[in-house]
Amino acid sequence: MKWARAAAIVFLLAVSAMCLLANVIAPASYAHQFRDDPNASPSRQHLLGTDDLGRDRFARLLYGTRVSLLLAPAAALLTSLLAAFIGGTAGFVGGWVERCVMAGTDLFLSLPWLFLLITVRALLPLNVSPMVSVLITFAMLGCLGWAGAARIICADARALAQSDFILRARASGSDGFRLLWRHLMPNLKPVLYAQFWISVPVFILTEANLGILGLGVAEPLPSWGSLLRELESFSTTSAQVWQLVPLILFIFVVSSFHLVLTKEELQV
Amino acid sequence: MKKFLAFSILSIALGSNGLLAQTGGELHFCLRSEPKTLNPLLAADDASETVRYLTGGVLMRVNRLTQDLEPELATSWKVTNGGKTITFQLRDGLRFSDGTPFSADDVAYTMQQLMDPALHSPTGDAFRSSDGKVETQVLPKDRIRITFPAPIAGLDRLFDQVAIMSAKSPQKEMAVLGPYYVGENKAGSYLILKRNPNYWEKDPAGRPLPYIESVRLDIQQNRDIEMLRLTRGEIHFINSLDAEYFDKVVAQDPSMAHDAGASLDSEEMWFNQVASAPLPSYKKAWFTSTNFRRAISKSINREDIARIVFRGHARPAVGPVSPANKFWFNAKLQAHRFDQKSALQMLAQDGFRLQDNVLRDHDGHAVEFSVITNSGNKYRERMATMIQQDLSGIGIKLNVVTLDFPSLIERITQTFDYEACLLGLVNDELDPNAQMTVWLSSADSHQWNPSQKTPATTWEAEIDKLMRAQASTLDPKKRKEDFDKVQEIAWQQEPFIYLVNKNALSAVSPAVHNAHPVVLRPQVYWNIDQLSLTSEVARNR
Repeated sequence: MKWARAAAIVFLLAVSAMCLLANVIAPASYAHQFRDDPNASPSRQHLLGTDDLGRDRFARLLYGTRVSLLLAPAAALLTSLLAAFIGGTAGFVGGWVERCVMAGTDLFLSLPWLFLLITVRALLPLNVSPMVSVLITFAMLGCLGWAGAARIICADARALAQSDFILRARASGSDGFRLLWRHLMPNLKPVLYAQFWISVPVFILTEANLGILGLGVAEPLPSWGSLLRELESFSTTSAQVWQLVPLILFIFVVSSFHLVLTKEELQV
Repeated sequence: MKKFLAFSILSIALGSNGLLAQTGGELHFCLRSEPKTLNPLLAADDASETVRYLTGGVLMRVNRLTQDLEPELATSWKVTNGGKTITFQLRDGLRFSDGTPFSADDVAYTMQQLMDPALHSPTGDAFRSSDGKVETQVLPKDRIRITFPAPIAGLDRLFDQVAIMSAKSPQKEMAVLGPYYVGENKAGSYLILKRNPNYWEKDPAGRPLPYIESVRLDIQQNRDIEMLRLTRGEIHFINSLDAEYFDKVVAQDPSMAHDAGASLDSEEMWFNQVASAPLPSYKKAWFTSTNFRRAISKSINREDIARIVFRGHARPAVGPVSPANKFWFNAKLQAHRFDQKSALQMLAQDGFRLQDNVLRDHDGHAVEFSVITNSGNKYRERMATMIQQDLSGIGIKLNVVTLDFPSLIERITQTFDYEACLLGLVNDELDPNAQMTVWLSSADSHQWNPSQKTPATTWEAEIDKLMRAQASTLDPKKRKEDFDKVQEIAWQQEPFIYLVNKNALSAVSPAVHNAHPVVLRPQVYWNIDQLSLTSEVARNR
């Protein structure tokens, strides 16, 4: 599988380079509307055609990938860190602390947080730039997505806390924060990696869904979410297969991330 | 040969009038939701109104093609007493679908039910011009007189919505006088309407109407599935389509697609002019400036919005009345032309200046504001994005914010915490009285500055005066003059920046004969009793 890993690395580097050089590569601004050419098919001028408003799809894909590739992993990282801290501490300490934290987590999971997001959006000021709106969106996703992962990490931490090597560490004089940080957390890395990689595509799709509810990335800034929204109507897409390119890119990027991490790395 | 030729010509002539229309068969179409009620007096949602239109017998009907009133259960009527009284001459010998005889008592009973405050009938609200009791007087020779406590302008046309109910039938509201009655109702799934054997109207050849034996209304929310069912021949028409689906129908079978032209519905944008709104004072000054509003209006390319967002199935809007409203539209007015040079000149009159591609007011504030619209409506989101680019052409930064509908309504009706709003107006009524709640400065739906104790501006005071004047006279010419002036003021002041009037789009299977889709609702089945199915379809169903 070495060749697959190499290909994935090359692919990710190429995608990252293209996104970083979007200003140079993109044939037009992601916001410019070519009003004489809406819904155009792919051509030399517009490699992936234009969208309903005549905006160059290729330019929007480059900038949208940049936004999503940067912010979805950032939100996933925030979620994973919160989950590691809350779940790891609860599982390690155990007893009434674990019961209280897990009860709080269950309560958090049961909250209809979609409505919470809508409420938060309704309370935000209206005059925010698209970039600020996208930062707020992903920050909220990052802050709200930890509960599920925390339960899993808590269960793992509890099992590890009762394992022989932790017993040996305790016997050697390690305790408290040192035990947690030096011995427990490194052993939670595989499950944290897994949670991180699961969260990335989930957040991208959640951002797309939030866009429908008015909480996503504000126009005219593109994101994978807003690009995937074009696929809402399957009967339209069937006639314009090039609209599937963002979806294909999304699948390839997420798959490549998984391929880049070797089995050994996932097992620490 | 001559006989055959004569017969053929006669057949074509009769056929074109529906005289040889095929009888029988079952017409299928979809409702987007389940009817909330089958009581015609309580109908307020689209699905309930569909059932009311297909089953309810009315005293008179607005012909959706000509927009004129035509007699139905009443053969004639007369409005007297300054618009307070209407007297109907009823047809005799009619029966409800269950065989119960129809009489003036049924009209009196319906009016009593309609005006009962405990019933909260949305249809009845249109008749409530002031406090007081509505009196009905049954007169000899099938006549009835109805007297209202105050004059109601356009009184006769309001009866288009009043389905007459039986005072005596044990079936209550299920006994009807319209072309169909509800035969089967499977909640959440379908309704089957069966042909009313006692329906009063006959075709020119003396054959009883309607031609189609039954109508099946399938409840289907998903528009993609509705489209698939149409292309498979499982349903016979889609009453109202958006531009995207319409173009799909055109691509598949152009003969099915019907664009009846601009509808009564409009899309518009307005600025928040509420004095107590939580906005900086310099922004309030922008929004209350006529020059500012007109400059924004001139900077929006309506032609592009109609062509790109609505794929050519819309036309630039002129004002509060669509050109589809044949009588009330002020034909002197034209849609505002896209002219950013003239917009900048107007702004300069108010001290705005363009500096490094940023428009600044006389105090140096960069012109930036937000427009809110309801999320999930891709047409409005696209319109807002196009306006964003248009306004950037005169140095204005527009932030597009999509909100869930309840949050948006709360902002525009309670907190007034917004700067501009982009929404649409669905208009079913031709008469300007239906717009009283929008144009009177004291009204709740006077969106840019609602519920004013006294008019905030002289032009709003003038509109108040004209709207009240047109509502207090029965002379159509005088009313038209007054309402034309209202349209002119609205055109000049632009409290609403009207963007486009969407076209009335529908799709009808070739299996349906005599379908002539129009702009007024219900676009396709307004002449349901005249529709017929091809013989093959009628036999198979």
